[in-house]
Amino acid sequence: MIVTARRAAGFCLLLLLALLGNATWVQAYRADTYDHMSGNRRPQIVRYQQPRGDILVADAPITGSPHTAESFDLAYGRSYTDGPLYAPVTGYASQLYGTSLLEGVEDDILAGTDPRLGAWPVITAVTRRRAAAGNVATTILPAAQQAAFNGLASTGNKGAVVALDPTTGAILALVSTPSYDPGAVAGANKGARAAWAALDGDPDRPMLNRALRETYPPGSTFKVVTAAAALASGTVADPDQPTTTPDPYPLPETHTLLGNEADGCRNASLRYALTVSCNTVFAKLGVDMGAEVMRRQATAFGFDDPKLRVPVAVTPSVFPKSPDRPQTALSSIGQFDTRATPLQMAMVAAGIANDGEVMRPYLVERLTRHDGSTVRGTERQSLARAVPAPVARRLQRMMQDVVTTGTGGNARIDGAIVGGKTGTAQHGEHNRAVPYAWFIAYAKPSPDAKPTVAVAVVVEDGAADRADITGGGLAAPIAKAVMTATLSR
Amino acid sequence: MSRWRRRTTAAGEPLPPTRRNTEFLLLVFAVLVPVFAYANVGLARHGSIPPDTAKYGLGLGLLVLIAHILVRFFAPYADPVLLPIAALLNGLGLVLIYRLDLETPKAQAASSQLMWSAIGVILFAAVMIAVRDHRSVGKYAYLAAAVALFLMIVPVFFPAINGAKVWIRAGAFSLQPGEFAKIILVVFFASYLARTRETLMMIGHRFCGVNLPRGRDLGPVLAVWLASVGILVLERDLGTSFLYFGAFVVMLYVATARIGWIVVGLILISVGAFVVGSAEPHVHSRVQNWLDPFASIHAGLGPGQLAQSLFCFAAGGLLGAGLGLGHSILVGFAAKSDFILATVGEELGLTGIAALLVLYALLVARGFRAGLTAPDTFGSLLAYGLSAVLAIQVFVVAGGVTALIPLTGMTMPFLAQGGSSVVTNWALIALLMKISDRGRRPLAPIEEPVPLPEEVHA
Repeated sequence: MIVTARRAAGFCLLLLLALLGNATWVQAYRADTYDHMSGNRRPQIVRYQQPRGDILVADAPITGSPHTAESFDLAYGRSYTDGPLYAPVTGYASQLYGTSLLEGVEDDILAGTDPRLGAWPVITAVTRRRAAAGNVATTILPAAQQAAFNGLASTGNKGAVVALDPTTGAILALVSTPSYDPGAVAGANKGARAAWAALDGDPDRPMLNRALRETYPPGSTFKVVTAAAALASGTVADPDQPTTTPDPYPLPETHTLLGNEADGCRNASLRYALTVSCNTVFAKLGVDMGAEVMRRQATAFGFDDPKLRVPVAVTPSVFPKSPDRPQTALSSIGQFDTRATPLQMAMVAAGIANDGEVMRPYLVERLTRHDGSTVRGTERQSLARAVPAPVARRLQRMMQDVVTTGTGGNARIDGAIVGGKTGTAQHGEHNRAVPYAWFIAYAKPSPDAKPTVAVAVVVEDGAADRADITGGGLAAPIAKAVMTATLSR
Repeated sequence: MSRWRRRTTAAGEPLPPTRRNTEFLLLVFAVLVPVFAYANVGLARHGSIPPDTAKYGLGLGLLVLIAHILVRFFAPYADPVLLPIAALLNGLGLVLIYRLDLETPKAQAASSQLMWSAIGVILFAAVMIAVRDHRSVGKYAYLAAAVALFLMIVPVFFPAINGAKVWIRAGAFSLQPGEFAKIILVVFFASYLARTRETLMMIGHRFCGVNLPRGRDLGPVLAVWLASVGILVLERDLGTSFLYFGAFVVMLYVATARIGWIVVGLILISVGAFVVGSAEPHVHSRVQNWLDPFASIHAGLGPGQLAQSLFCFAAGGLLGAGLGLGHSILVGFAAKSDFILATVGEELGLTGIAALLVLYALLVARGFRAGLTAPDTFGSLLAYGLSAVLAIQVFVVAGGVTALIPLTGMTMPFLAQGGSSVVTNWALIALLMKISDRGRRPLAPIEEPVPLPEEVHA
């Protein structure tokens, strides 16, 4: 019986080895797979186990992380001060629906998982102790943000505003309407689900960041790009010399006649054509230069850059790939397939204001640890030289004419130099949909000073027949309010 | 005392060491480790040592001390490792349950588990005192069989809880008679096989290359065994029926040395498992769940218990999250009972699981050792049977929650929440210690042996 008993004991040992082997298999080899399976809630629980870091505007937090739950489960929630105002900046951090915008891009810092937050990253990796969450300081100027938000809200329309510091690329205002309160979708309760369902199903798409993620036909504001190409390429040597442009202008290879809203566009000079926004002059210039020259100029301002991040990813703006000649004509006045984000058009205004150099736009000033020490700051970076400085200065004067004597009079600011360009973009089938009212501008306190702000405003407008007046009437006052807010900084 | 003066027989020959002081030292560790773990949970969760740590330590220490003193008097030569391992496992189990109680403020289980542990130690004491010689237990073999069968039939008349009819309920008080019956049945098997093993080994007819015994030799034990497994299948207590089956086959093999029993056993168990697994819905779903633990996630229903358990083990990794810092409560209602090992896996890691399994392995190994040294066949078979029961139970539970085998729902001995289980296992340890005490005792009889019950082939 001793032999058989030993065998039985050996059998028990085999059972034990099977258990050990299987435990090793699960805990060492399969662990990573299981850790990242969709039904495993641990990552989320860990994420909300400690207070989330804050997003700062002018050194003041616009987010909060209140303790909500009694147990370990989703202990800390997310709250937002002035949620709708800053939603296009912060995005949301939802326990159910994940994160977006800055909450998403800088999640490692805000959640405290970024190894740079800890003093001893190697030890942290072993002990699995998470560092206290860090903060994200934005470049937003509260006064400019508020002015843009109020201005857009007063129109009652959908729209977006982006304001940049032309010399650095810092984003001073980033607004999109209609907006929403990210705090409503932050929790894991019924209310959050209902709020999400409502926002998700809203035909006005309040969660869409129109400033960074929506492209619009830029309409006449794109004429600034065409003018830049004409001057930079030498196609127009002197902006005050008349061009040879018929009115109306027959689109090449078609029977379509392109007309103008403004008078005096026949053979108008580039300066006059920009001031009153002649379609014909710019359409013909585009055709004369060719699509390739136009494309290169647009790209130099930042169009067609799929990798642009602020650090939130930006939907690329587009100049059509290989348009034929009539399409080139329309593309050169910001119609056909030319599309731009409000950020992109703000970059155009900023590039011209900054003597031709487009700075890389950025929204995050610096990332800090819990104690305020800097993890990483943002250095100003040149994105591209769009046009030579002399050309830029000529364009500045022309854009200033738009404001002083042309369609952009509503953006005039006493005691400051303002350059701008209005736009009304037709869209929809046969251009029947309500047009978009555009205004891009920059401002500086005095003729010799550096520009302090560049801004782009788009309003999804109602009035179809007022043409460029819409941009000047509806969008320019908003741009003016934003610029005023930055000038008095 | 033995450290200073060697005990001798009346003739002046030295007696073998009793190892009681070794046991005492090990017990100190067996109490200190859970106390440390208890303080650890408090530190991890609240940043302070729980105020009742000393009370808890004293309580556990007192229970263990009582057991130890009883061993000194009633089983002085018992294996010194068994009691400390049982105490350590029970203490760790209390800490784990206390730790899970923190997540379920409405359902506190640690205090009632402590009460059941105390009852377990009382039963341990009862066995120590009442069973002067383990051989006396064998006299009640048929009574034992009847009691076991009765205990097992009773739950049929009670409603099923969580799909299995294994409970006797009276108000808030519930018992799992299958747990009690397991020791009683092993006693019956051991007693019967001890008496008939010679016959079983010698007499029989060959059938299909296998030596089969005569019906009248094997009949009663086979009948009791079939009845018990049948009842358990009816009650859908697959884990326990597998336990009985395994323990019986092991004992039969050890007693008769006939490999044929294992072959027949394996064939029966395969057929049985296949039929029940594919026909019975409750079991069928468990087999499905074992084959693909994550099916419910893909179906959009969220993870089931087994998936959650695997997530626990995965989250623990090699070193674990640390006591109190895991999320094994996500497993749900059985986190403190059937799935207690998931908490160990998550918070103590593979290291903790390995250590725990080694503890169980030591317990089983010491049990077998008690059987090897036992002076009588009944004692040996009883020790082997009880050890096999322990080993199989650990395998079925741990294998179930780590998806090595289908989940069957039993408790981890000493560790899991469950009064019946803790009480039974304390009695099991007491029996093993009684057997080892008899085996390690010096040949020169210190006291008169009790008359041997039908002991022919010692």
